[in-house]
Amino acid sequence: MAALIGKSVKRVEDKRFITGHGRYTDDIVLPRMCFAALVRSPHAHAEIRGIDTADAKAADGVVGVFTGQDIHKDEVIGVPTGWQVDFKNGDTMKEPPYPVLADGKVRYAGNAVAVVVAETAGQAKDAAELVSVDYNVLPAVTDLAEAIKDGAPQLFDDVPNNVPFDWELGDKAKTDAAFSAAEHVTTLEFTNQRLIANAIEPRCSIGEYAEATEQYTLYTTSQNPHVTRLLMCAFVLGIPEHKVRVVSPDVGGGFGSKIPHYIEEVLVVWCAKQVGRPVKWTAERSESFVADAQGREHVTRAELALTKDGTITGLRVNTLAGLGAYLSTFGPCVPTYLHGTLLQGLYTTPAIHIDLTAVFTTTTPVDAYRGAGRPEATYLIERVVDQAAHELNLDPAELRSKNFIPPFDGVNEPGYQTQVALQYDSGNYEKVLRRAMEMVDYASLRKEQEAARAEGRYFGIGISTYIEACGIAPSAVVGALGARAGLYESAGVRVEPTGKVSVFVGSHAQGQGHETTFSQVVADRLGIEMADVEIVHGDTGSVPFGMGTYGSRSLAVGGSAIVKSVDKIIAKGTKIAAHLLEAGEQDLEFADGKWTVKGTDKSLAFGDVSLAAYVPHNYPEGLEPGLDETSFYDPANFTFPYGAHIAVVEVDMDTGKIELKRFIACDDVGNVVNPMVVEGQIHGGIAQGVGQALLEGAIYDEGAQLLTASYMDYAMPRADDFPIFETDRTETPCPHNDLGVKGVGEAGTIGSTAAVSNALIDALWCLGVRHVEMPFTPERVWQAIQDAKSA
Amino acid sequence: MIPAAFEYHKAKSLRGALGLLTKHEDAKILSGGHSLLPAMKLRMSTPERLIDIGGLKELRYLRAGREFIRVGANSTHRELASSKRLAKAAPALAQAAGSIGDIQVRNRGTVGGSIAHADPAADYPAVLLALNATINVRSAEGDREIPIDDYFIDLFMTNLNSGEIITEVTIPVTPSVGNSCYLKFPHPASRFAVCGCAVAADVSGGTWSSLRVAYNGISGATFRDQGIEQALEGQAISEDSIRAASDNAAAGAELMGDTFASEEYRRHLAQVFARRALTQLARG
Amino acid sequence: MNIPITVTVNGEVHQCEVEPRKLLAQFLREDLSLTGTHIGCDTSGCGACTVLVDGVAVKSCTLLAAQADGTEVKTIEGVASNGTLHPLQEGFREKHGLQCGFCTPGIIMTAMDLLEQNPDPSDAEIRHSLEGNFCRCTGYENIVKAIRYAAEKMR
Repeated sequence: MAALIGKSVKRVEDKRFITGHGRYTDDIVLPRMCFAALVRSPHAHAEIRGIDTADAKAADGVVGVFTGQDIHKDEVIGVPTGWQVDFKNGDTMKEPPYPVLADGKVRYAGNAVAVVVAETAGQAKDAAELVSVDYNVLPAVTDLAEAIKDGAPQLFDDVPNNVPFDWELGDKAKTDAAFSAAEHVTTLEFTNQRLIANAIEPRCSIGEYAEATEQYTLYTTSQNPHVTRLLMCAFVLGIPEHKVRVVSPDVGGGFGSKIPHYIEEVLVVWCAKQVGRPVKWTAERSESFVADAQGREHVTRAELALTKDGTITGLRVNTLAGLGAYLSTFGPCVPTYLHGTLLQGLYTTPAIHIDLTAVFTTTTPVDAYRGAGRPEATYLIERVVDQAAHELNLDPAELRSKNFIPPFDGVNEPGYQTQVALQYDSGNYEKVLRRAMEMVDYASLRKEQEAARAEGRYFGIGISTYIEACGIAPSAVVGALGARAGLYESAGVRVEPTGKVSVFVGSHAQGQGHETTFSQVVADRLGIEMADVEIVHGDTGSVPFGMGTYGSRSLAVGGSAIVKSVDKIIAKGTKIAAHLLEAGEQDLEFADGKWTVKGTDKSLAFGDVSLAAYVPHNYPEGLEPGLDETSFYDPANFTFPYGAHIAVVEVDMDTGKIELKRFIACDDVGNVVNPMVVEGQIHGGIAQGVGQALLEGAIYDEGAQLLTASYMDYAMPRADDFPIFETDRTETPCPHNDLGVKGVGEAGTIGSTAAVSNALIDALWCLGVRHVEMPFTPERVWQAIQDAKSA
Repeated sequence: MIPAAFEYHKAKSLRGALGLLTKHEDAKILSGGHSLLPAMKLRMSTPERLIDIGGLKELRYLRAGREFIRVGANSTHRELASSKRLAKAAPALAQAAGSIGDIQVRNRGTVGGSIAHADPAADYPAVLLALNATINVRSAEGDREIPIDDYFIDLFMTNLNSGEIITEVTIPVTPSVGNSCYLKFPHPASRFAVCGCAVAADVSGGTWSSLRVAYNGISGATFRDQGIEQALEGQAISEDSIRAASDNAAAGAELMGDTFASEEYRRHLAQVFARRALTQLARG
Repeated sequence: MNIPITVTVNGEVHQCEVEPRKLLAQFLREDLSLTGTHIGCDTSGCGACTVLVDGVAVKSCTLLAAQADGTEVKTIEGVASNGTLHPLQEGFREKHGLQCGFCTPGIIMTAMDLLEQNPDPSDAEIRHSLEGNFCRCTGYENIVKAIRYAAEKMR
């Protein structure tokens, strides 16, 4: 049996997807199923004076119509947030409820007001249009700086100035002192714009209730079915957790937007019980735009203190973070613990301080979107570092190298303690940058750039080096930071009597290829064929309690749980084999799927041992039958993937249109189980990061109506927006998990946005352009060029 | 996603369609459905009746004759885009057809449907203006020819009367039609034109002759740029004259602005695209 | 009032009555249980619902089932023959051209149309041909490779 780890094994899940036999939530049809349509507020901020459902109730095919009054009188409260981030002064976070259906007030356009259940989806939609809501429209607020001013429209009576919490991290006095002593200060003010995740599969939920057994089933598009079940049972519906099964079958992309526990999930379950039939809700894309949690939205002022020769001496950050109208599941965590803690970047910056204010606006709630906080941190650091290099007339690569944390492996050299609470695991940052520069042929490209300028062609070379905290996360650490759950992962490994293996994991893929990668890990460790391993996920009815997939955690945390269980299997198998081989356990070795008595040819195959475990006729005394082990793995630390990305862009000076000519990525995600899958993750990540820089952005008008609410207005990256991605890796193992892996799901997104941004500024710096806000629409770039020319 | 309910009639002939349309004045004509159905799915359009003429082969033809190019209303964008004869006879039209939407949209969307819908950011309007096309329509009362200069009135508004169905777009075969081009700056999301510029001119004599310049995407209705046409007509072809004329592109016209492209920027694009299109044509 | 239609889907003739407003995508998914055709948007943008109608790629969310009366439709379920994968399907697996798989059927159907018209497309032509299909997972590069793989194999 050849080693499987490190091999680009073709994906085992592909066959069903390429033949049209994937099973996504919306593909599920249950007997007697009916359909829900939501009545959503067209107004961003309004009081509800009354709701008239009479016409809807009388419409063809209608089974039931429910409003907030119906559901909330049933002791149902709102959906909760998973994180509590208290104020700087120690005051408790303001946590207004996020009602399942509006409780007399709507706070964003798209806020659900009522639900109609009917025989067909068309009838539900028709009847939903007949629900008449009497709104008293209130002023909306979308601008973060405006929202915190006295006199701004207030979303909640008990959240003054629309600030649910503020937060700081780092040593303020030390940082201020660094700035007082600075020889050079670079300042950059920018917006990290709001994005919409746009997984191509729209969300879908089906609720089912069996009265005879009092059991509920929720089929839903979720990245974390157990989390959804826990929140729904314990905090929203108050129904017994053991009577609820949450199934998330194939999921068509998540990118963070399928983490939150959504009101629609509650509604279908609650409605199913009310109407005594299964109820399905499938989002139309127009709904997804307003009802899926959105991402990013920071307004930031960043200052970098340096010596004249380019040594960074301090970083000071002030950020307003938009949370939308309600606290979503990870809402409070993203701008704080997934953002502020990453501001060390790859540099030895000795003093860092961030002051952050979270802000409610009358817009769709904000939660994790691929990278979640870390792309914002990288963009901040890498933009301001790049600007400093330009200001000091230093090569951006040299300024970075000068300030890099020196290499450390986390084993012989200790981890690197940052100024912002984290301890990096291992890294050789200079190496990835050098490799990326070699790939792009940096020195020659700089010469070409100069020559091109002489011809009136403007192209720019942008570097971004990043680090991310992944493998989320050590439970005690995150608990101290305000997480209301642990962030371990679970895995059960059940060896069947014939030696086939079923693996039950709490992680849940939305395209990441877990069925392949996890099978490789299990088969490699047990020395069996991959075909003999089945990965089971996405069903609380069969997998142990797990936390799901986000934060690039599945292999580092979930994979480590699998390894723990596999090792327990091997340990128990060794006892059985020793008995059967009449040898001491210490005299056995397990390799290539068999136990061998060292120095002899006496051996026993894996299948023989598994059979003995279930047919324990000749069996070690006192040992339980069976070969079935479950483990929970709680990581010792985060993992810290890092890398260097380089973008080359050319600007059409006539129109301001940017062409991405080349994109180079050298990433270090630790050890790699399946290079093909890892490269695929990097590609997809880059596309989303580049998408933020060049194309994407949620735009609200002054009345807080989302203007980019369809694919006619929200620019999704297409195939012809990209060049070939030139990728490579270095491998610095993670020192604190057995696989040595760090995680790769978000890396591409985290590094790429700043690379493209820096490339644009690099192209136009000589004309006087200093900053352009994302996305770099042609007009913005053209306008920046005009402004610079006329300055 | 689900349109409001409606009645559906499939026409078996043009005559039958006109009969249905006479009977049901409120009915909408459905051909490829790529303008109408998207609006109905969002319930921005809720017709009570559709008359489907999509299957009428009698309206699906492309004939490049000696005097006229005749395009049946049911011809798809793809049929226009992939016609080698059209690419030679009226390059701007083939280019516009090929720049619409995507493969799937071009496979279904029709010329007649697009021009009946009259989206100001659609690609045909400027081209048909530049090529001096005629829109042929038929009603129960008979046939009517609408000169293109009279056809587009405003945002989604045309000279088409109720009871009329577009049957054909006719384009004269002239040296300028044969020397035409369409250049487009697409919206990155919708791929509709933020600025589309169509230009046709006879340059065989070394001067601009029969020059027609038109835009879509930059204003509420497609329009001809008579400023440029008059400035260049009869003038010798030169880089300087092209630049001078295109610097005044869309002069005096009221343009659109939105979050993607302001009015000022659209005006600038009109200048850039007029210059590029004229430069391309100048090569003959 | 429902209307009768006859549609041949993956070689099988179906005679059904449908609501006039039923879209072809819904007809395939709901009436014929062919759930490999996905619905990803409501503005004809994403291409997840792409099928072949009379041999050409069409967004089945922008076509009434009634309009498909009398046509031959091919969906992703009809692409493999007798258990043998089509070169495009093979290409997507070999080149890791899919991750979550939701956009994949639509992209494969679009690529079938492309390769029918242009058996030897350049990378740029492949990228351009996908302007009506969104993939949020792969960054498209491996999709381009998958289609190129199929093109080579089919020649």
